[in-house]
Amino acid sequence: MATLSKAANHLEHHHGAPSGFVKRWLYSTNHKDIGTMYIIFAIIAAFIGGAMSIYMRAELMHPGVQYMADGHVWNVFTTAHGLIMVFFVVMPGLIGGFGNWFVPIMIGAPDMAFPRMNNISFWLLPPSFVLLLLSAVIDGGVGVGWTIYPPLSGSTGSPGMAMDLAIFALHLAGASSILGAANFITTIFNMRAPGMTLHKMPLFVWSMLVTAFLLLLAVPVLAGAITMLLTDRNFGTNFFVAEGGGDPILFLHLFWFFGHPEVYIMILPAFGIVSQIVSTFSKKPVFGYLGMAYAMVAIGVVGFVVWAHHMYTVGLSVDTRAYFTAATMVIAVPTGVKIFSWIATMWGGSITFRIPMYWAIGFIFLFTVGGVTGVVLANAGLDVILHNTYYVIAHFHYVLSLGAVFGLFAGFYYWFSKMTGFEYNEFLAKLHFWVTFIGVNLTFFPMHFLGLAGMPRRYIDYPDAFAGWNYVASIGAFVGGIGAIIFLIVILEAFVRKRKTVNNPWGQGGSTLEWSVSSPPAFHTFNDLPKIR
Amino acid sequence: MSYLKLYILFLTINLLPKVVFASEPKPWQMDLQPPSGIIAETATDLHNFLLVVITLISLFVLALLVYVCWRYKENSNKVPSKTSHNTVIEVLWTVIPVLILVVIAVPSFKLLYLQETDKKYDMVVKVTGAQWYWNYEYPDEKINFDSYMIEEDKIKDGQKRLLDVDNPLVVPEGTKIKFLITGNDVMHSFFIPSLAVQVYSIAGRINEVWTEIPKGPKTYYGQCNQICGVNHAYMPIVLKSVSKEDYKKWLTDAKLKFANVDNNIKIVMNNEKIIKENN
Repeated sequence: MATLSKAANHLEHHHGAPSGFVKRWLYSTNHKDIGTMYIIFAIIAAFIGGAMSIYMRAELMHPGVQYMADGHVWNVFTTAHGLIMVFFVVMPGLIGGFGNWFVPIMIGAPDMAFPRMNNISFWLLPPSFVLLLLSAVIDGGVGVGWTIYPPLSGSTGSPGMAMDLAIFALHLAGASSILGAANFITTIFNMRAPGMTLHKMPLFVWSMLVTAFLLLLAVPVLAGAITMLLTDRNFGTNFFVAEGGGDPILFLHLFWFFGHPEVYIMILPAFGIVSQIVSTFSKKPVFGYLGMAYAMVAIGVVGFVVWAHHMYTVGLSVDTRAYFTAATMVIAVPTGVKIFSWIATMWGGSITFRIPMYWAIGFIFLFTVGGVTGVVLANAGLDVILHNTYYVIAHFHYVLSLGAVFGLFAGFYYWFSKMTGFEYNEFLAKLHFWVTFIGVNLTFFPMHFLGLAGMPRRYIDYPDAFAGWNYVASIGAFVGGIGAIIFLIVILEAFVRKRKTVNNPWGQGGSTLEWSVSSPPAFHTFNDLPKIR
Repeated sequence: MSYLKLYILFLTINLLPKVVFASEPKPWQMDLQPPSGIIAETATDLHNFLLVVITLISLFVLALLVYVCWRYKENSNKVPSKTSHNTVIEVLWTVIPVLILVVIAVPSFKLLYLQETDKKYDMVVKVTGAQWYWNYEYPDEKINFDSYMIEEDKIKDGQKRLLDVDNPLVVPEGTKIKFLITGNDVMHSFFIPSLAVQVYSIAGRINEVWTEIPKGPKTYYGQCNQICGVNHAYMPIVLKSVSKEDYKKWLTDAKLKFANVDNNIKIVMNNEKIIKENN
């Protein structure tokens, strides 16, 4: 008896979390702990990037320059806001956070395929973030926009080391993404539980698989481009320097060959989360599962051949523009399949309106609005009036700020009880949804009007005629800011009250594997691999 | 003349110049600026058509969402159906969007090729973007000059903050212009919304774009539209179309005012020649 219990104790000890803080978190090889760190990291970065946007909206609230020293400070803010939101909020939150937490559980794997690589994937991000924040304050900061086009980002346009720091920040973030992508691909291909065929995988896992492939193929191109930029700046090469026989447009091609897949990298995981949620709360399997999975594959593939629609006005030949117009429009088809399949999943269902479902339904409609303005922008002939105006800002904030970010919140509220073991206050969470919903729409919808009227992006000050809608947008941003504070209160309240949750709070709809394990799951989720029928 | 007529006349005089003689953004504007020239008009038509299409699609999706949320909420439908496939409807929602896109593509490609096809033009203007002003060169007239924004503290009555410049680009009305656009340092973008003109200005490259300036004197406003550093917001574009006679007058003045480098050299050489001859 004694030996048995000792062995059990030993087993327990062996399979429990390491006791020390350093051992548990800094040395972590556990997918759930690493996922948790990614989510905390993303929330912290979101508050920094979000505070920047509120400061920018305060500056734009009235015509004239109110708070900032000059246009360069403005440019520093837009650059940092964009890079933070893309590389340190949406990607770590959706891929590193929810991906790490739930891909292994959903496919019945004990952990990620390369747990130590998983550790380095995460721990590359904090130094990268520090470099990026330094790049915003050292030598006056880097004010070139998140697209870092030379010659402005070259040695004459941006002397000083701020730009080099930003390049190193992107190098580290890129390395983190590539390692993470390799990890996800290996995990999903090799570590599925017996019976979990590719065509039985939950759509969230499918979305992570496609995303990982996009990362693996796109991020190295960015790494190459910014390395060339780095050597142009410091070692006398002339890749992008016209005087030396180089071409700045080459950088644009390389950047957008990465940049366009990047926007799908940000939205595909949100597609996956929304699919899980819609199915759970409609208590129905996803409608057209195969169509949904292969629509994501199609979006990923076509996403690699549409990059120059960001460059209609740089002087491409007319036939090139015609091709990119056509290719870009094609993306609308698989995206439409997804929208209609979500609605068809709800059709005939027995829908419970819990918090995650609010965000998911909000996502479906607002992503549609952002999607259709994308169809407008796809037309090269029309884009000459809309390129770089606030219409574009409105479009990509509808698909990212109201798409990817709604996906983040949807996933957070969907899995919060699973990850923490606690329940949040439904009323506060509802309040968070409605305040955010009103705030972001008030912010971004008027930007369509500003763009149509011709207001260029990245302007610290605008002609007086644009004052009205800018004022409305700023009010909206402040409302959205209040929403973010309510979000913090929701989290704090849940951790203070410590209301215990059950394994499956969503009832019969919660059919994926994570709802069959305890909340929170054991440090090592599966000691025996689950069998999937 | 009755008072009413006088009043109407008064109104017209007050309103007309603002409405007719400048293409610029208006307060609380919600659509595109009124287009000028065939390209901008075609583009605006396409946009107005697309606006209808995308509004209908958005409303359709919204209506479907509202309907399913109301019809299939837990209380109205206790037992969920098990349906997860319907080949007919899946084919339909793939094919119908394709058809809609084809319908959009036809006018879209027409517009795109319209922007390229017309090779006949009446005059050429070379535009060079620089930090933070525009340089306009009339190769045929051998003049070029810089165009700076008027600083806020030097604005006179009637001038528009952040939009008006010291030396606008002046062209004769009713002409087809080919712009050659290049850059001097970082990228800029030459953007006049109401004429549907936008091309990046890039050092080492010359881009070209044509536009048709309609009849009637008018001022077209635009702004730099590619981030170019600290004063990105402070390099607007003003294009003034004037009658042919006014243009000739302006040209004579401009040749004196903006005698360019070549002319300066000629003047210096002439002076030297005169000095030598006198000696």
